[in-house]
Amino acid sequence: MTAPPLLDMRGITKVFGEAKANDGIDLVVRPGDVLGLLGENGAGKTTLMNVLFGTYHADAGEIFIAGKPVRIRNSADALSHGIGMVHQHFHLAPRLSVLENLLIGQKGRRLVLDRGRALERLDDIRRDFGLWLEPHRMVSSLSVGEQQRLEIVKALYRGARLLILDEPTAVLTPAEAEGLFAAMRAMSEQGFGIVFISHKLAEVRAVATRCVVLRHGQVAGSIERPGEATNAEIARMMCGRDITPPERRAVALHGPVLELSRVSTRPRGGAGLDDVSLTVRGGEILGIAGVSGNGQRALADLVSGMLAATGGEIRLAGEPLRRAAPAEAQRLGLGRIPEDRMKTGLVTGMSVADNMILSRLADAPFSRRGWISPKAIRAFASERIEAFDIRCPGPEARAGMLSGGNLQKILLARELAHDPIALVAAQPTRGLDIGATQFVHDRFLEMRDRGRGILLISEDLEELMALSDRIAVMYGGRIVGEMPTTEATIERVGLLMAGAETGRGRA
Amino acid sequence: MSGLLEQLFQVGFLAALIRIATPLMLATLGEMLSERAGVLNLGIEGIMLIGAMAGFCVAYFSGSLWLGVGAAVLAGMVLAALHALLTVSFGLSQHVSGIGVTLLSTGLAFFIYRLVFGQPSQPPSVPPFQTVPIPGLSAIPVIGTAVFNQYILVYVAMLLVPVMAFILTHTPWGLSVRMVGENPHAAESAGVSVAVKRWQAVVIGGGLMGAAGAFLSLAQFNAFTFGVINGRGWVAIALVVFGQWRPWRCAGGALMFAFIDALQLRLQASNLGQHVPYETFLILPFLLTIVAMASVSRNAIAPAALLKPFRKEER
Repeated sequence: MTAPPLLDMRGITKVFGEAKANDGIDLVVRPGDVLGLLGENGAGKTTLMNVLFGTYHADAGEIFIAGKPVRIRNSADALSHGIGMVHQHFHLAPRLSVLENLLIGQKGRRLVLDRGRALERLDDIRRDFGLWLEPHRMVSSLSVGEQQRLEIVKALYRGARLLILDEPTAVLTPAEAEGLFAAMRAMSEQGFGIVFISHKLAEVRAVATRCVVLRHGQVAGSIERPGEATNAEIARMMCGRDITPPERRAVALHGPVLELSRVSTRPRGGAGLDDVSLTVRGGEILGIAGVSGNGQRALADLVSGMLAATGGEIRLAGEPLRRAAPAEAQRLGLGRIPEDRMKTGLVTGMSVADNMILSRLADAPFSRRGWISPKAIRAFASERIEAFDIRCPGPEARAGMLSGGNLQKILLARELAHDPIALVAAQPTRGLDIGATQFVHDRFLEMRDRGRGILLISEDLEELMALSDRIAVMYGGRIVGEMPTTEATIERVGLLMAGAETGRGRA
Repeated sequence: MSGLLEQLFQVGFLAALIRIATPLMLATLGEMLSERAGVLNLGIEGIMLIGAMAGFCVAYFSGSLWLGVGAAVLAGMVLAALHALLTVSFGLSQHVSGIGVTLLSTGLAFFIYRLVFGQPSQPPSVPPFQTVPIPGLSAIPVIGTAVFNQYILVYVAMLLVPVMAFILTHTPWGLSVRMVGENPHAAESAGVSVAVKRWQAVVIGGGLMGAAGAFLSLAQFNAFTFGVINGRGWVAIALVVFGQWRPWRCAGGALMFAFIDALQLRLQASNLGQHVPYETFLILPFLLTIVAMASVSRNAIAPAALLKPFRKEER
């Protein structure tokens, strides 16, 4: 008789109004399992995990932990049953130390915090899994990868035997991701269970021992040896149709549409630009790779007129961008897909229609003689909603209600409406599912084929490899390498991302 | 001028400074605790007034000053609980609720006082707290007489600074209060009840604000007047920012403000005061608060979750 599974979820069903978010889902995790949980946005992964953590209560179904039926009312309950979760949004207090973040919620009724014991436990975790963090550092001083490590350490510290990792590699460099996988394998060897939620099929294939695919709230299938399956097979299972990789046709290159010569800026969201020169020509996509915080924010903001250069020259469609003003950049023919669509892209409290015309508010036909023309706005919005297949109740719907993929489509619909000559897009598919990602990629390639130029800033190397004609790597605010995509490999780019060739090593 | 400098280092001046600082310290620590948990309490001005009124009334009729202080703490906690109910349990705007609590408490304090005492031409008074010298320490020249020959509430306020600092850094309760003010989702996922911790911090903070009010009506002025608080609550809110949400710095801020306040009182009485309208001196402490705030608060980082209502389902 083998040991009972760590986790056995049977027939989990959760209904929201009309929609069945989870419909009779079975999920088993055994000691040593690294279970890849795949599915598009809305397939029911998040709902399932929320049921497991007691955020939602299942309408039907049972949960067994180590063979015993349990009721989980909240995340503390889940923790007491040995289930820990590492969310995409870290649950850390930035201005407390690493140690303090571990100490919170410590069991037992002690009046004074026991720091000594916590340090010992931290040492144990270092020894067993090779995960280490300096205990007295402030969380705000940790890199994103380190913060994620702290989340994992925290779960282990609290006695988790089963770890749920929600899109853990989205924020890591390839090297950091390898470190994470090593720790995952160490845990698996010691009989821990891991549920690994991801969009990146290659990674799931590399690290998962088993794989379950959800679609429309149901289990669409499971794969026993993900390493032997192909991306296409898994993608078909996820989407219920074949996904064709974006097709890149050879197009004639036009003149430069965006030129930076020896530009520097103040720091913004990490490093500022330090003597950066680059050129995007019509008919090409220039990919910018790099770990976040190495100058990508400064680059995107500079080009879109939201950050002034302290030196150097920027040209858009051949004309110099003389002052840092978004309206000026827009007038010269720039479209902009910002990194944080909720903050600097859209006004989530306003309607879809209003968001569609945000950057053209004062232009005809949306306003006439100083008066807004709601009719023209609505007509325009309806037409764009149709063209971009935006799923929303209508142009008057509040943007904040829509899913990430649909929000991104609103942005695209707005920015592409006036056929920009150049587009700067930062993390354009972050958080989007396969279908929405493909939509965005297709739009970009269309633009490129029509002779427009795109500056694509992304942390997703697969995306850069699939779309870009050339790839430049940023590190510490500089371009540390540039190559045609045909010559780029994950290893080569990954090394540059880690600052290898600049001699400034970085763990 | 040299006469003035001499005055600064007199026992009387230092003792006055400590006395003026005490209610500010109590109120500032109360506000700081509340804000560390993520709840701004703009009700402070009114809660202090209720504390002053309740403390005075109970002391007047019971004849026990300490019973008065107890009543003030209780009254402060009740009104802070109202603020907690509105902001923590119902998730309403902390600004609106706080202003509401101040308006309600102010009206309530005047109303009850009128109900009890009518409109006497001479405001009733109580025999105030007596100073209690600490044996040994009070024998130290100048400092001893100024600092260690004070009201018991003064000692309480001074002790509260290290106690609060210790609780916040070294106890599980203090850590969870800080965590709740920094990232309630993190606290929640660690099994800490955000609502409970916030309620506790706000209510205890309210108790301290009430005590601060009672100090004014029972120790400093031994009577309740409508202007007894006179903006000290708002000053406390500024001092929390000035103190960057840390107990020692907050106490330092209170002392600094008290220094200027004591100084301006002396200036009014000095021969300078005969040539300059006294209002000019009254402005000084507030002017300084603004200057200090402007210089310090640029790099002050508030608790990350301050002002943000916490609802479980939302991220």
